Amino acid sequence: MKIHEYQGKELFRKYGVATPRGIPCFSVDEAVEAAKNLGGAVWVVKAQIHAGGRGKGGGVKVAKSLDEVRRRAKEILGMRLVTHQTGPEGQIVRRLLVEEGADIATELYVGMVVDRGTQRVALMASSEGGMDIEEVAASHPEKIHTVFIDPARGLSDELADAEARKIGLPDSALPQARRLLQALYRCFDETDASLAEINPLILTGDGRVVALDAKLNFDDNALYRHPEIVAMRDLDEEDPLEIEASKHDLSYISLDGEIGCMVNGAGLAMATMDTIKLFGGEPANFLDVGGGATTEKVTAAFKIMLSNPKVRAILVNIFGGIMKCDTIAEGVVAAAREVHLAVPLVVRMKGTNEDLGKKILKDSGLPIISADNMAEAAQKVVAALKGAAKKAGKASAPKKKAAAKKKAPAKREAPAKKRAKAAKPKKRTVAKNTPAAKKKRAAKKSGRAGSAKTVKKAKKAQQAARRAKGKKK
Amino acid sequence: MSILIDRNTRVMTQGITGKTGQFHTRTSREYANGRNCFVAGVNPKRAGEDFEGIPIYASVRDAKAQTGASVSVIYVPPAGAAEAIWEAVDADLDLVICITEGIPVRDMIRVRARMRAEKRRTRLVGPNCPGVITPGALKIGIMPGHIHKAGRVGVVSRSGTLTYEAVGQLTDLGIGQSSAVGIGGDPVNGLKHVDVMQLFNDDPDTDAVVMIGEIGGSDEEDAARWVKAHMRKPVVGFIAGITAPPGKRMGHAGAIISGGKGTAQEKLAVMEECGITVTRNPAEMGRTLKRVLR
Repeated sequence: MKIHEYQGKELFRKYGVATPRGIPCFSVDEAVEAAKNLGGAVWVVKAQIHAGGRGKGGGVKVAKSLDEVRRRAKEILGMRLVTHQTGPEGQIVRRLLVEEGADIATELYVGMVVDRGTQRVALMASSEGGMDIEEVAASHPEKIHTVFIDPARGLSDELADAEARKIGLPDSALPQARRLLQALYRCFDETDASLAEINPLILTGDGRVVALDAKLNFDDNALYRHPEIVAMRDLDEEDPLEIEASKHDLSYISLDGEIGCMVNGAGLAMATMDTIKLFGGEPANFLDVGGGATTEKVTAAFKIMLSNPKVRAILVNIFGGIMKCDTIAEGVVAAAREVHLAVPLVVRMKGTNEDLGKKILKDSGLPIISADNMAEAAQKVVAALKGAAKKAGKASAPKKKAAAKKKAPAKREAPAKKRAKAAKPKKRTVAKNTPAAKKKRAAKKSGRAGSAKTVKKAKKAQQAARRAKGKKK
Repeated sequence: MSILIDRNTRVMTQGITGKTGQFHTRTSREYANGRNCFVAGVNPKRAGEDFEGIPIYASVRDAKAQTGASVSVIYVPPAGAAEAIWEAVDADLDLVICITEGIPVRDMIRVRARMRAEKRRTRLVGPNCPGVITPGALKIGIMPGHIHKAGRVGVVSRSGTLTYEAVGQLTDLGIGQSSAVGIGGDPVNGLKHVDVMQLFNDDPDTDAVVMIGEIGGSDEEDAARWVKAHMRKPVVGFIAGITAPPGKRMGHAGAIISGGKGTAQEKLAVMEECGITVTRNPAEMGRTLKRVLR
């Protein structure tokens, strides 16, 4: 789960990580009021969206008067902020953070993430703050200093001081830096964070060490013990389809392609997406129905897949183990009926009660295309998609089931034959594609989910801000 | 004849009174020699009772002392699962297989750190895994037993159903498995690919190995390098997630490409460099293995 910068800073302050003073605002008037309350002569107005790259996209502005705060807030609030993480459709700005200006002498970088290799929390620090840390990692890996924290001991004074020295902090700032790093680790540990980043961490002109930015992600598996963090969730920043899926205990992620897929198991779901791609298609989503799929769950999954306006065909791939194929087949048939499915549907079922499942699909009278293995399924769904796009037209060719199943994996020509048969009414069903939903998805897919180190963008914002501020001080 | 478990293994179930624990203990017991292998359950509140004839003990220590069980399988819900792992480790079992999905990473970091700090010898498989099966002998976990066939090919994977897929393909081709191990999809876990690979390398009854990985981390690369240096048997590999976009967690907590690291392409390239025969088509895992056997 992700939170906004201002929420991250609230948590930071609670743990003793120094930040500039700031106030979150939901309207222009609130922004002006916030600036008044903060006092001083320089403020920074920052768009609050979960995606990074805000500064570059025009979502972070320095203001030197209350009038300017008003102007900037007006510009930013409600704007469609486009960054490299939001995708071309951008993200609407609904919240602002108004902060006191900072006097920046040096910009540094600090991050924390769980390291799988050592199975510890890694603390990464660099003197190259305010820029894309991935670029630093690529061009100057020696400038990123990583230490691994023993959970039994926490971040020791020695480790913290060594890190602070390595990134060029003067001795006079070491006690502050140590306090900040140790507070950051406690914050990371106690809140079950999966990622923490401060970029930039600054040394001010008067020698203070301050977190100018805050990025925190949390381990979804641990949210049950952090109601205070769950309360920070901002559904406006999430893909509505993903939210809907989570209500049904489905793991769903929107992607760019046209072929919806429903699979049991995350690994098999990824493999299914890969197979679609291998045979010339593009998956429209990742969807893991999990181990205990019921008819209700399968129906919900179908509705969610079809809510994506891009979906032109569906591939269901189930390896029935504990989950029986006949149960899934019943679910698929019921779901297809309930949503009046009008796009081609290819089903591949394997495992427990496989024959029973296939019979249910066949007896349903629905135009479900059956496949015996993953490659055949992918070929058939790609062919069906193309056939549908071509406007059907051709008479249904008799399906050469046996032949198809035997050669599918090896031969790619096979699908051509099937195309005709697969081609069925290509008119799309429903699909509630509200513009909002679309935009969200676009934002999503472009991966605004900042990953451990992907967090570069925020710093540009700050760079700009700091430059301005630096001058005026 | 296998790795980790065989027909003489004696197993206890932690979380035997929950619905999941009951269901899978029952199906595991019905598989091959399971009836003789599942000898105990653990639940402090239900000690003295039994589950369909399997006696329940108050603690892992008790269960071990009373029955000689040296392996545990855990179905305890996420909030208490790490503690259950520690209890099994502390009782000095040989092997703990944690099926539970959704354990907070912090809990796993702590239990793993303690295992290392105290130099515990207990092996951990999982969490968030399907378990371990030695076909024809014993199944400990949630995998469907009937798709397996006893034989001489080892399977190791981070994923559940994708493991079944590989096993199903092998069985369809008439190729049996020595053991199949699901190491789990979480970022912080017990045995890794490289550890299981070593076990297969040392097992005289395993001739070749199918290694299935997915995006995220560098476990597969580590295993590949080890294979290049030490492995005496052919290895076939597949990595799921070529189409996964960076920054998106693909179901498994560990399946995420972050900072440009852990991509499927990168893993496949390293595996190929290290002499592993990879396929980019998951429907070809079985056939690819068959080719290297010849």
